[in-house]
Amino acid sequence: MDNLVEAKALTKHFGSFEAVRGIDVEVRRGEAFGFLGPNGAGKSSTMRMISCVSGRSGGELKVLGMDPATQGPLIRARLGVVPQLDNLDTELTVRQNLQIYGRYFGMSRQKCREKAAELLEFAQLADRADHEVEPLSGGMKRRLTIARSLVNDPELLLLDEPTTGLDPQARHLLWDRLFRLKQDGVTLIITTHYMDEAEQLCDRLVVMDGGRIAAEGSPSELINRYSTREVLELRFQPGAEKPDLERFAERVEVLPDRLLLYTQDGEATLQRVHEHGVAPVQSLVRRSSLEDVFLRLTGRTLVD
Amino acid sequence: MQTLRASWFGFEKHWTWYRRNWRATVVSSFLTPVLFLLALGLGFGSQVQSTALIGGVPYLEYLAPALVVVTALQGATFESTYAIMSAFLWQKSYVGMVATPITPAQVLYGQMLWIGSQMFVRSAVFVGIAVVLGAAAGPGILVSIPVATVAALAFSAPLVAYSATLDKPDGFTTIFRFVMMPMTLFTGAFFPVSQLPDWLLPVVWLTPAWHGIELARGTTFGTLDLLPALGHLAYLTALTAAGIALGVKFFHRRLAV
Repeated sequence: MDNLVEAKALTKHFGSFEAVRGIDVEVRRGEAFGFLGPNGAGKSSTMRMISCVSGRSGGELKVLGMDPATQGPLIRARLGVVPQLDNLDTELTVRQNLQIYGRYFGMSRQKCREKAAELLEFAQLADRADHEVEPLSGGMKRRLTIARSLVNDPELLLLDEPTTGLDPQARHLLWDRLFRLKQDGVTLIITTHYMDEAEQLCDRLVVMDGGRIAAEGSPSELINRYSTREVLELRFQPGAEKPDLERFAERVEVLPDRLLLYTQDGEATLQRVHEHGVAPVQSLVRRSSLEDVFLRLTGRTLVD
Repeated sequence: MQTLRASWFGFEKHWTWYRRNWRATVVSSFLTPVLFLLALGLGFGSQVQSTALIGGVPYLEYLAPALVVVTALQGATFESTYAIMSAFLWQKSYVGMVATPITPAQVLYGQMLWIGSQMFVRSAVFVGIAVVLGAAAGPGILVSIPVATVAALAFSAPLVAYSATLDKPDGFTTIFRFVMMPMTLFTGAFFPVSQLPDWLLPVVWLTPAWHGIELARGTTFGTLDLLPALGHLAYLTALTAAGIALGVKFFHRRLAV
């Protein structure tokens, strides 16, 4: 079995609200797969269906080759889930959190103790093992949540917005742990609204918007397909009328605070703009990113 | 079998917590009943003339089995309100549990198992204290322990189900003031319900407290016949079962969306 997740025309609605409007997704064994999209795009609803907690409203879904509607507990036994909001037992110690979670999977006490010791090392929390969870920092709690999700040696790890709310250092530490998991052959599914996270972690991703899939591919494929090599960002005085620069670039996006000029060579474009007598307050040349892909596909920025 | 096992793991979580924090619970669970027994049984009771209506027994002995039940009911009320809401909304520990093979129904069973065990232990400690203080009329008071547990569950199960539907704790104060307090005071623990106006009696009969007190006191003094005893037990069991059935529904609705 090469596909750990197969969804066809998958939908989810809550009352009359359609959160997921018919998506097709395949996640292959060993890859890191991403759902990229803004808040409310349907990512979390999709994740909850894949994690066999929430039932689907329509379409087909197979996880690990089984049907979540009838074999939920069997599937969940082989999944690891990192929720968007931590749900640790904050009045227990770090170690107890890991051990108790192992028990939920029916593991023996002995096995739970061994696994907890191993995961404490992995999460770099060994020195905090017997501290209560409540006073830990956000990054530490997040690492514990990830460690906890690995207690049953899952084949498929689902991470819903794993680094939202963390400082850059904590994020990089987390990414490093996730890389290691990927190297160990764990299949990852990640939702995020951070394009850098998606670019760093995902082999393949789908861009979601309004409950649908807008595009699918590897980060570099998507950038090649939907954007140019470079982007020239021009910032003008607030309130100043923005000049029409369409003829200098393949495409221009007008944002409230700046203009984005999509071009193969940003520096050359900047020079031509200058020669034309346009004087922005600030200019920046950068490589295209998934943010630009998203802007192109939906006409909106990812993080408002 | 699988269900029992999975529910047990939920119980284990609470037990792990309890082993760390039992000291903090001692005051509310053990000291309060002792104070009640001292003040109302020994102190106030010394001024109370025993009457035929309370069976001609000393007031302290009259009070003790009923207080076991009332204390368990009060304890269960707290365990079935804020603790449940926290597990859904604040700590979200239930949300973490259902990401494992454990189902929402099994989460509920584990919770009820924990509440029942705690109330059993509290009642046993209370009876022990009553014996030491000379409040036990005889060995029959031992029956108050399981009786108090069943009565506590009969109130707890519907309350847990109700708590599973809430998004904020505002309703709990109402329950404490207008359900738990009157149920403590007016269901026969401190004086016979025959002293209440007739129109109020049907309401009293609906409370798990009254059934529990009748059972506990009746078995302590050997004044209860088998048939009414079975009736009380059946009512309490039915209330527990109905509460759990509702709870399964609400837990599923809350956790599996």
